[in-house]
Amino acid sequence: MHEYSLVQSLMERIQQEAVARRAVAVHRVRLKIGELSGVEADLLESAFDIVREGTICAQASLEIIRVPARWECSGCHAPIAAGAVLQCGACGAPARLASGDDILLDQLELEVP
Amino acid sequence: MCETCGCGDPHLVPVAIQDRILSVNDRQAAHNREHFAAHGVLAINLMGSPGSGKTAVLEATARAFAGRFRTGAIAGDLETERDADRLRAAGIPARAITTGNACHLDADMVHTALHDDSLHGARLLFVENVGNLVCPAVYDLGQAFNVVALSVTEGEDKPLKYPVMFRKADLVLVTKTDLLPHLDLPLDRLLDALSRVMPVPVVLQVSSRSGEGMEAWFSWLEGRLAEAGGSHP
Repeated sequence: MHEYSLVQSLMERIQQEAVARRAVAVHRVRLKIGELSGVEADLLESAFDIVREGTICAQASLEIIRVPARWECSGCHAPIAAGAVLQCGACGAPARLASGDDILLDQLELEVP
Repeated sequence: MCETCGCGDPHLVPVAIQDRILSVNDRQAAHNREHFAAHGVLAINLMGSPGSGKTAVLEATARAFAGRFRTGAIAGDLETERDADRLRAAGIPARAITTGNACHLDADMVHTALHDDSLHGARLLFVENVGNLVCPAVYDLGQAFNVVALSVTEGEDKPLKYPVMFRKADLVLVTKTDLLPHLDLPLDRLLDALSRVMPVPVVLQVSSRSGEGMEAWFSWLEGRLAEAGGSHP
């Protein structure tokens, strides 16, 4: 369960951004979490609910955009289905993960007086 | 408050960030990586379930490489110095990191451990991560390679159940193969499962106990050491 330590890192990053922009509150936090990132979005939400108490995010809503895993051929870019052997049927090159490993702080909505 | 129309709503500013949440860890990992490169150190992050045979593999490696390569280890566990004690007994200078309740090592913990004098001069540094097939995969430590130990008793479908860990693996060691005669493990299905989560599945079957297959692991390490450069021992 590394979601708590992730939320701690997230809070530090948000705090830093809020101070730099002289914000008094954070209203919205938007994250992008990939299917193959190793992070469970539901657990991240629970951790956020607990950790945000008494912080600048106390009233913030959390939006998590779940990014599906998308594999493609590293040579010819043909799509390769999740669950298939990770090698291109056409050219034999290994697959590469085109998206789905993100653990991103995407956007904040800050209240600036 | 809104100063445009006096409506009383707070003034909200959207700010695009698009930064990895683990950027602080990533920076520390990059620092570790620079340190390893500058000192000609090959750093291997060894991961796997509790009881997958990570420490036994390192003990056998220590004995095989004694007098050939200067080797060091950092061993992470929630509690106790037992793994570090075992590695020291096998001849590797080893530093324990006890994480308390944390389920993984992070780059800062590894950086702190690197200041241990006993690890100075090592060309080959093993970081034996906390036994766990989930969390350690998320944290970059600055290693050159990820090696995952998967014991034959864990079952052939483990890679499909824990795809994140195996996707990040540069090499999978299928361990405890001396137990195969006592199990009904379909090895072909294990290899098929790996090919569905690893784009380039590199797999070695080893037994630390009987020594079978260990030469291939030692050769793999020697190849990576040669690539890491420097002819100094």
